[in-house]
Amino acid sequence: MSVDLSVSIGSLQLKNPLIAASGCFGYGLEYADIVDLSTLGAIAVKGLFLEEREGHPPPRIVETPSGMLNAIGLQGIGVRRFVEEKLPLLVKRRAVIIVNVCGSSVDEYVEVVRILDDAEGVAAIELNISCPNIKEGGMMFGNSLQGTHDVVAAVRRVTRLPLIPKLTPNVADVGSFAKAAHEAGADAVSLVNTFLAMAIDIETRRPKLSNVMGGLSGPAIRPIAVRMVHECHRAVELPIVGMGGIMTADDTLEFMIAGATAVQVGTANFVDPFIWDKLQGGLVDYLERHAIPRATDLVGTIELAAGNPSSKG
Amino acid sequence: MLVDVDAIVVSNTHLSSDYNVLGLDAPEIAERARPGQFVMVKPNAADTPLLRRPFSVFELQRDTRGQLTGFSLLNKQVGVVTHQLYELPVGTRVRCLGPLGHPFSVTTTSERAWMVAGGVGLAPFLTLSWILHERGIESSLFYGARSSAELFYLDEFRQLGVSLELATDDGSAGDDGLVTVPLRRALAALAPSTPLRLYACGPTPMMRAVTELAAAHGRQTEVSLEQVMGCGLGGCYSCVVSVRQGGTTPRFVRSCLDGPVFEGESIAWDELTPHDGAS
Repeated sequence: MSVDLSVSIGSLQLKNPLIAASGCFGYGLEYADIVDLSTLGAIAVKGLFLEEREGHPPPRIVETPSGMLNAIGLQGIGVRRFVEEKLPLLVKRRAVIIVNVCGSSVDEYVEVVRILDDAEGVAAIELNISCPNIKEGGMMFGNSLQGTHDVVAAVRRVTRLPLIPKLTPNVADVGSFAKAAHEAGADAVSLVNTFLAMAIDIETRRPKLSNVMGGLSGPAIRPIAVRMVHECHRAVELPIVGMGGIMTADDTLEFMIAGATAVQVGTANFVDPFIWDKLQGGLVDYLERHAIPRATDLVGTIELAAGNPSSKG
Repeated sequence: MLVDVDAIVVSNTHLSSDYNVLGLDAPEIAERARPGQFVMVKPNAADTPLLRRPFSVFELQRDTRGQLTGFSLLNKQVGVVTHQLYELPVGTRVRCLGPLGHPFSVTTTSERAWMVAGGVGLAPFLTLSWILHERGIESSLFYGARSSAELFYLDEFRQLGVSLELATDDGSAGDDGLVTVPLRRALAALAPSTPLRLYACGPTPMMRAVTELAAAHGRQTEVSLEQVMGCGLGGCYSCVVSVRQGGTTPRFVRSCLDGPVFEGESIAWDELTPHDGAS
């Protein structure tokens, strides 16, 4: 039995549900000699502001139990250099390109997306709303429903590309943020971004990250991410791109059953950059074993007790 | 071209209570590795400790017919993964991704090559010495350690025609003090017109001191920096170091891709975070 791994995120058609997570795959080209970029469902490239950004001083990462903290600081080349230097090379490699967009103001998000909307080869926009809103004292856009709505609605007006806000888990009720994104015009949501966390060196009594706090990722966060994906699945009728500590095909399947149409894999790629074929193979094995012809049939099929509101028929 | 090998441990030789050498069955990496390159290593299949760790390719290993069979890595126990590597039984497997990074540039025969090693910084110099020996380049190794008990592989370097200048903190071998003691002497004794290239690997303050000392004599040094790494191949931007590339403003560059070997004088040493060693 041959299985069909293709899925749709709004108008974005993916050949399989596997997406390289932003911040974990550079601009994709670093991996191009060892991974056939065209075989991935898509690549979410490293987050871009309007201008170049240096990022935080090291130490930028710390290993933690079954995970890691990062405070890279969104080092980046800026959207114009990306469009000129990287995008054409990615197009040549036949990658499906999702550009992760950052901003320190609503206007900046809009400007970055306008530039990408004009460019050739961008398949979708992932909105990184876990950026500090400089005008609101540095509070993250994605930490307030209003901030979430403002960014998504403003960007919606300047592009017809599939728009995927990436939700922060550092909120009390992620489902309400998915709703806010939906109402503002999002085509899907992706979650989870990293969890705000920190580690301290007890000998020096100093934080282990130069930035003091950073984002926690890796297997340690997976159960929380699965829970949040499932909550969003119940909250909105939107395709969900799920992520958070996926290391194996089994993890991918867990997220899909919880409600994710596609997944992103980030930290696992550091441990094994050759993971993509293994993930795909594992998905195929499972679907064949269960005689499920299409991966998309699995989405949201968690079996709950009577009165289950969760399956999208 | 990068490969990921689930390499069998063919030998584990304890050199001291801190140091060991692991021999790994990985001809695919040995064949591709250039001096100064590294591999990202994971001695366990667990989610914790999660990340691989970077190691220089230490020795290239050959069978009796001279065919490459693998490589070894020089390990110092300082943290959880290096402890695992110290204890690893022969026959178990270690995942090795590599070779990675920008290698040392090898001089032409008209230049002398001086390698300066501090402690576990010895690691990239055996493969470099082999190439220097092959090319007939006159080479020396300035090697510093805490004591004579921690000066390793001296015969192997001598057999490659490398002159040794030793230094120990406790004076039990060579000069009493830092490796810069014999280096300063040697630099002063060398005619300025004699072409010379230096290579340094060891604690950050040592590499800085060597770079500055060499520059004071009009000499360039290639340094091999060690930073905490996430992926090892440029995907995560964890391992950045502050480098002046042409202009005067230092920028953050990835030490796994643009390094780990850099021209010493391009490094913004004041901004470099010394590797805290725990791994």
